[in-house]
Amino acid sequence: MTVNKIQTAEQEVESLSAVVIRFVGDSGDGMQLTGTQFTDTSAMFGNDVATFPNYPAEIRAPQGSLYGVSGYQVHIGSIEVSTPGDDLDLLVAMNPAGLKTNLHALKPGHTLIIDVDSFSKKNLQKAEYETNPLEDGSLENYRVIEVSMTSMTKEALKDMGLDNKSITRSKNMFALGMVYWMYDRDMNHTLNFFDQKFKYKPEIAQANAKVLKAGYYYAETLELIPNAYKIMPSEMPKGTYRILNGNTATAWGFLAAAEKSGLELFLGSYPITPATDILHELVKHKNFGVKAFQAEDEIAGVTSAIGASFAGDLAITTTSGPGLALKGEAIGLAMMTELPLVIVNVQRGGPSTGLPTKTEQSDLLQALYGRNGESPVIVIAASTPANCFDYAFEAAKLTLEHMTPVILLTDGYIANGSEPWRIKSIKDMPEIMTHVIDERSETWHPYDRDNDTLSRNWAIPGTPGLEHRVGGLEKDKITGNVSYVPDNHEYMTNIRAEKVKRVENYIPDLEAEYNEEGDLLLIGWGGTYGSLHSAVRKLDAKGYKVGHAHFHYLNPFPKNTAEVLSKFKKIVVCELNKGQLAKVLKSRFPEFEYIQYNKVMGLPFSVTDLVAKSKNIIKDN
Amino acid sequence: MQDTVEKKYTFKDFASDQEVRWCPGCDDYVILRSMQKALPDMGVKKEDVVFISGIGCSSRFPYYIDSYGMHSIHGRAAAISSGVKLANPDLSVWMITGDGDSLAIGGNHFIHVLRRNLNLNIILFNNEIYGLTKGQFSPTSLIGQKTKSSPYGNTQPPFHPGELALGAQARFFARLGGNSPKEMTALFVEAEKFKGTSLIEILQNCVIFNDGCFTQFTDKKIKEDKQIFLEHGKPMIFGKERDKGLVLNGLKLEVVTIGENGVTEEDILVHNAKCEDNTLHQMLVKLQYPLATGIIRSYEDSTFEEREAMLNEQVKSKSGFSKVDELFFSGETYEVK
Ligand SMILES: Cc1ncc(C[n+]2csc(CCOP(=O)(O)OP(=O)(O)O)c2C)c(N)n1
Ligand code: SF4
Repeated sequence: MTVNKIQTAEQEVESLSAVVIRFVGDSGDGMQLTGTQFTDTSAMFGNDVATFPNYPAEIRAPQGSLYGVSGYQVHIGSIEVSTPGDDLDLLVAMNPAGLKTNLHALKPGHTLIIDVDSFSKKNLQKAEYETNPLEDGSLENYRVIEVSMTSMTKEALKDMGLDNKSITRSKNMFALGMVYWMYDRDMNHTLNFFDQKFKYKPEIAQANAKVLKAGYYYAETLELIPNAYKIMPSEMPKGTYRILNGNTATAWGFLAAAEKSGLELFLGSYPITPATDILHELVKHKNFGVKAFQAEDEIAGVTSAIGASFAGDLAITTTSGPGLALKGEAIGLAMMTELPLVIVNVQRGGPSTGLPTKTEQSDLLQALYGRNGESPVIVIAASTPANCFDYAFEAAKLTLEHMTPVILLTDGYIANGSEPWRIKSIKDMPEIMTHVIDERSETWHPYDRDNDTLSRNWAIPGTPGLEHRVGGLEKDKITGNVSYVPDNHEYMTNIRAEKVKRVENYIPDLEAEYNEEGDLLLIGWGGTYGSLHSAVRKLDAKGYKVGHAHFHYLNPFPKNTAEVLSKFKKIVVCELNKGQLAKVLKSRFPEFEYIQYNKVMGLPFSVTDLVAKSKNIIKDN
Repeated sequence: MQDTVEKKYTFKDFASDQEVRWCPGCDDYVILRSMQKALPDMGVKKEDVVFISGIGCSSRFPYYIDSYGMHSIHGRAAAISSGVKLANPDLSVWMITGDGDSLAIGGNHFIHVLRRNLNLNIILFNNEIYGLTKGQFSPTSLIGQKTKSSPYGNTQPPFHPGELALGAQARFFARLGGNSPKEMTALFVEAEKFKGTSLIEILQNCVIFNDGCFTQFTDKKIKEDKQIFLEHGKPMIFGKERDKGLVLNGLKLEVVTIGENGVTEEDILVHNAKCEDNTLHQMLVKLQYPLATGIIRSYEDSTFEEREAMLNEQVKSKSGFSKVDELFFSGETYEVK
């Protein structure tokens, strides 16, 4: 074991109150499990947490290969934590490939735990190391803790009569045990987890527990690892919490909306990464009457939902970029028939199949414009794992109250990332009105509209006297019968657009956080919220006059948008794409100048980079 | 199941106020009229009837029936109908589609809807051509057929809808010429009674782009000699003189003449539409002479919505949650004080 000298650099206050840890290893090494266990335990301890799972697209990439590395990053804090963090305080590398691909993120002087047993010649070769980094001095700047994790795991389990595979599989728990000791975490949560998960395989539960404790006591006995930081519980609002990832939160938001509106929930979906987990979650809840239909493709997913909507269900369809492309024609039909429908797009790296397991925000223009004809729909975006719950609920509310499709954008980063969710009860959620009618009035027509929202009424098959036909052909403005009359087409085109525009009367104003006026406004939308928020917090703390405006509503925009933008000298639009929101803002609010900050690496923004970029721009003022 | 009606409807109750816009002489009129006549006999309430179509000439059908309906997008009626039926299994759902609509662009949905076996009804208007887009070959057009998009003759071999459907596990398949309104009316009623997806292929003459494509079977003068109208439990006999019949010779269906070579009525195969094994049904749909019409297969099986409902009940009885709050507060939660 080598313990290099630590250079105690002057640390920022925040780094004392928060740490960023990353577990990396082969995709078979159980890094996701290790990470989620550490996250849950820390959250229950009272820390604020944010996570970033990062795994390969291949289910079983060749062992030890550079592209088969699976990682799980978690940021825990006694202060508010809004991103999984940029730079690492601790890196746990289970193999050379993990070390190679992740070392750059570790802050100099900080701790690196390595399973030396995996640093075989073969593994070093697979990781394309020419010399052994444990020997060539390349790790000099870090505090390296070399541990024979695999052999110690074997040793711990030698009397249990387990097969070799089960034994080596539990070495991730050795690492977790060590980290638990380092950060003074209680092991009980994980021990209970084993008992639950391996209810019917008690010997596996026992083995995992044994290894976890072995790691913990190893770290303790050798006293070679000081408790680096003591992360105290954070001051979060009082309440009952749980850890939720974005996809589960999305699914639950829809469950809540169905119960609140008194409608049954219908999901038509086709599996696609990273949206599939919403389907996985909703199929579990048949007890709430959820009809979750795994269709033969995306088109059947969305069209079955349109059928269900016509028949009176709260209908949703979930997908990711390529799937949204397939659904375009059908979304046009839902728009034309003015039926409620929520389309969830969990964005991933594009174009085409792109980077299925990586994050990006490049489907904004597709959501806004990706259909034939004049085809406006409501577009909103969630910004954190937990608020996927609120925006799924909001999407359902808007579609039902305005009788037009809503596209809800999330992304792989917030869909898979988790954070504490202060549990909401149905009674805390806003009411949802529907436009269902159950009786025929003298003058009823299928395309009669509500004066304020311009929503059409919802006459559901099975209701006597309201028999009518809808379809994709242009409708007469009153009867809903097919109409090719030129004036009628223009009228209907305008009214469908106006209907969406009027949604601005029902959504909250845009807010500039930290500063309502000043030198610089950072604009973002969707899953980059955490990074922008952290960056602006840092800048603000240093006395910069910087604000953060985050768009949750992308069509229509909040009514006060121009007013908010006008209060700042410079505006930077930050997006994980080549400038899609910037493009839209330029055409909607051409009176302002926009600076773009874009990144398309399949990775989230780094707070450090955002801060540096902002400082530079202010300097240029 | 739909509530039965006390009120007696007439065919007028199902005629909408929309002007019918098919070419004069098109078989679509016959199908529409047969449907309007059949609906009152089905014992379903008007408000429970839903017609869903894709795109094509035939797909304008829902406009002409006074019930609920959706004229949707090309090829997707099967998926939309499935959504309607899953949302509300009490509705009587009718999917209206063409050979292009269901066998080309909608091929995927078509096979899967049959596989799942929801209790809905499909009427496939097969005119072996694309009507609405003015005369291109379709997946049922014959090899060599000259059309707008195959001026030198079509080189793509045709699908036989029945074969495709049985391959996709269709539980109910019937076929009828477009000029047989009486049988058609009765067939629609039968289809509605059938529990499961019923597929009815109508050989529909398109007077404009493919006129006479089925006359070799459907011409009134020769119809009885060229077609065999199958009925469950009855011997497979056909012909004007009712002297022709089908027997199984090895692995082939063969036409024999009763009274010749010692063949008697007893030798003729008796039609069993209701058996699970569809081997003979497959032979029947492939037969070129005589053309098999009527209900070729009608095998009752559990439906998708039944299986779903059963599962839902099971899950409900096991799960402790009836309100989402119970789910939200269940499992691993923690307090921040
Ligand atoms: C996405 C899409 N592609 C193509 C079309 C054009 N289109 C409309 S109907 C049709 C074929 C119709 O043929 P069939 O289903 O046999 O119906 P018919 O008109 O013969 O009744 C085509 C290609 C369309 N409406 N939508
Ligand atoms: S084009 Fe053919 S199928 Fe279409 S309405 Fe005319 S005759 Fe009927």
